[in-house]
Amino acid sequence: MPPILTQNHFELFSLPQRYVLERAQLDARYRDMQRSVHPDRYASASDQERRISMQQTTKINEAYEVLKDPLKRGRYLLELRGHAIEDQQSSHQDPAFLMRQMELRENLAEIREQDDPLQALDRLAQEIRSQYGALESALAQALDDDAEFEQAVTLVLRMQFFKRLQEEVQELEADLEDELY
Amino acid sequence: MYLPRVLQSCTRLLPCDPTIMALLQISEPGETTAPHLHRLAAGIDLGTTNSLVASVRSGTADTLPDSEGRHLLPSVVRYREDGGHQVGAAAKAQATLDPLNTIISVKRLMGRGLQDVKTLGSNLPYEFVSGESAMPLIHTVAGERSPVQVSADILDELRRRAEDTLGGELSGVVITVPAYFDDAQRQATKDAGKLAGLNVLRLLNEPTAAAVAYGLDRGGDGVIAVYDLGGGTFDISILRLNQGVFEVMATAGDSALGGDDMDRLIALWIMGQAGVSDDVNHSLQRRLLHEACAAKEKLTECEEADLSLHLDNGIQWQGKLTRRKMDELIEPLVKKTLAPCRRALRDAGIGAGEVEEIIMVGGSTRVPKVRAMVGGFFGREPLLDIDPDKVVAIGAAVQADILAGNKPEDEMLLLDVIPLSLGIETMGGLTEKIIPRNTTIPVARAQEFTTFKDGQTAMGLHIVQGERELVEDCRSLARFELRDIPPMTAGAARIRVSYQVDADGLLSVTAREQTSGVQAHIEVKPSYGLTDKEIETMLRNSLDHAQDDMEARRLREQQVEADRVLEALQAALREDGDKFLNREERAAIEQAADKLVRLRNGDEHRAIRKAIEKLESVSTVYVDRRMNANIQKAMAGHSVDEFK
Repeated sequence: MPPILTQNHFELFSLPQRYVLERAQLDARYRDMQRSVHPDRYASASDQERRISMQQTTKINEAYEVLKDPLKRGRYLLELRGHAIEDQQSSHQDPAFLMRQMELRENLAEIREQDDPLQALDRLAQEIRSQYGALESALAQALDDDAEFEQAVTLVLRMQFFKRLQEEVQELEADLEDELY
Repeated sequence: MYLPRVLQSCTRLLPCDPTIMALLQISEPGETTAPHLHRLAAGIDLGTTNSLVASVRSGTADTLPDSEGRHLLPSVVRYREDGGHQVGAAAKAQATLDPLNTIISVKRLMGRGLQDVKTLGSNLPYEFVSGESAMPLIHTVAGERSPVQVSADILDELRRRAEDTLGGELSGVVITVPAYFDDAQRQATKDAGKLAGLNVLRLLNEPTAAAVAYGLDRGGDGVIAVYDLGGGTFDISILRLNQGVFEVMATAGDSALGGDDMDRLIALWIMGQAGVSDDVNHSLQRRLLHEACAAKEKLTECEEADLSLHLDNGIQWQGKLTRRKMDELIEPLVKKTLAPCRRALRDAGIGAGEVEEIIMVGGSTRVPKVRAMVGGFFGREPLLDIDPDKVVAIGAAVQADILAGNKPEDEMLLLDVIPLSLGIETMGGLTEKIIPRNTTIPVARAQEFTTFKDGQTAMGLHIVQGERELVEDCRSLARFELRDIPPMTAGAARIRVSYQVDADGLLSVTAREQTSGVQAHIEVKPSYGLTDKEIETMLRNSLDHAQDDMEARRLREQQVEADRVLEALQAALREDGDKFLNREERAAIEQAADKLVRLRNGDEHRAIRKAIEKLESVSTVYVDRRMNANIQKAMAGHSVDEFK
């Protein structure tokens, strides 16, 4: 069996290299692995064992973080398939998509002017969530069923747009709530 | 191969004593598993206002009282002219009479620089001086004391109490810290533990400790919130409990907001009522706070509290505070705690309604107004029957018991998070986040850098903590200087910097130039803390260790480590030495172990260190194989899917 530090995230969790995974299964394996190697198990052990425990736990945490997040998982799978996405990469998204993004951003910018800003923001957040969900499904199809990697790259980059938007929505929500309460 | 048993008391005794050698020869040759030795361990709640120590005895975790039956130890240290000091109630009694030498709420000063304490200083009367290091020192009649030393004096008192009660030396402790403490504050706490002669097994976040105590009591899985309003800090943590695994989903807080601030608001009101001008002397300030605190406690039970204050002009002022009025005064403060609550829920990705239980921690959470507002926020009554003063120490004791190795079968696991984002300063005074807040620890990240000048052999990194974009709005953690980079043309070097946050939430940085494989030497300059060298000096100078020869101390340390390594190895070889090692590998290990055994009983600590390193290097492959097998075993319960 390969030493854990050289396994990829899917191998570590004994999962097939597919986009779709069962979250409950991932969580259960995560907990079981941590129960075995976490530094808490080695607090009174030798320095050497503690070092190795730290490395292994860190690796497990890293793998879990990637696998449980739909966007990170998508990026990672593409990386494994030789289609790594560079951080600065801009995609040639179709104009319709870009228009839609601009509309959502304008929407966000105008939230404060609404009668009930938090309500309006909540509706916007819902819209973003639903679009994001649609992208996830499309990505699953592209990666698992069709092996359409170019398409997958486009979808992942779109998800990144939405991710950024989501973060800004959260920030605005925080500000509005703090002002209100 | 003869291997000595590790007896918990042997760290105090010299190894050359023949009586001890005889005692050590208990390992029965035919034994298959070493019967478990109970190690004395304790959990310490080092609070702003009060501290406690607890331990697990006969399967139950309990706080330990002093000789007069008091469980709480006021976190107060009074320094005397003769150079000595008092800790606890006796010191607290002097607080109003001797404010400059009676240090209260020292926790507020941990991991803080001189500028920070000056801002806090309007509320704390001490005289601060800047020392040689980044840490501010408090001037007392017994000399200059850093907050780390004051905390160590409190920890020392608790250690004494525990050792007297438990009847032996503590093998390790778990010390709790606010979840929202940054790296500097955590490091200062760990340093204080070291200075007090304690083996700190873990720094545990207070809300997580409370969750452990609760989980133990109630069992059951689900999502809980811990609302922890201490004397000087506020934490809110959202945790998911799942079959003994406590997973922190998110944590937020304010490390400069607490029950003390409630007292201050009440004191200000009293000042107004009593016609006291703003410019109060330290003594009067203390009397005001004392009166305010007493009133706050009284109003938990009653609707009205009498106030009595001895003013400087000799008049004894009398007044009354109603619960209604107090509620009005403290409402803005409690409101302030709800913002972090909202953020924690947001970061956890859940709504207030999804929280199934709310645990209140800290004396101030007894105030009815606090309970009401928190209950209103979550839409449910907080649990009332958990002792908010003891719950943290109890949880810490439970974990200490496990970490000390007393419960090898226990499945409890604490998965905590880093509370503040870690970032690095980049061009133009901006921060670049390396590790976002609420990432599960331990965690590691890496970045690659290169040189910008030909022949450049050094590099500096400024690490900060916080959520803001500008460096000046974040907390400076430390400056890391990378040295010994092999000289190359500008841009040719590939320096991989690794950031590792351990289970205590503490950051360490390593760097390696990739093309040459050379490990850079890192010098850490903490922005608000002590360097390793300073701690060494403090250890040497502290009264308790005046008797100790540094050499003897090092020798003991190496012997303890040698025993630990040998004991673990012996147990492992008995269990699966044949499975994982071939003849040559096993022979090499046994040879190195024999050498270590011989050196361990001598008095050359450097030789022991070398022998430990040698043994570690020949057994790495073995330890690696065993730990890998552990993981595979852990996963064996699941169906293994086919994979490429």
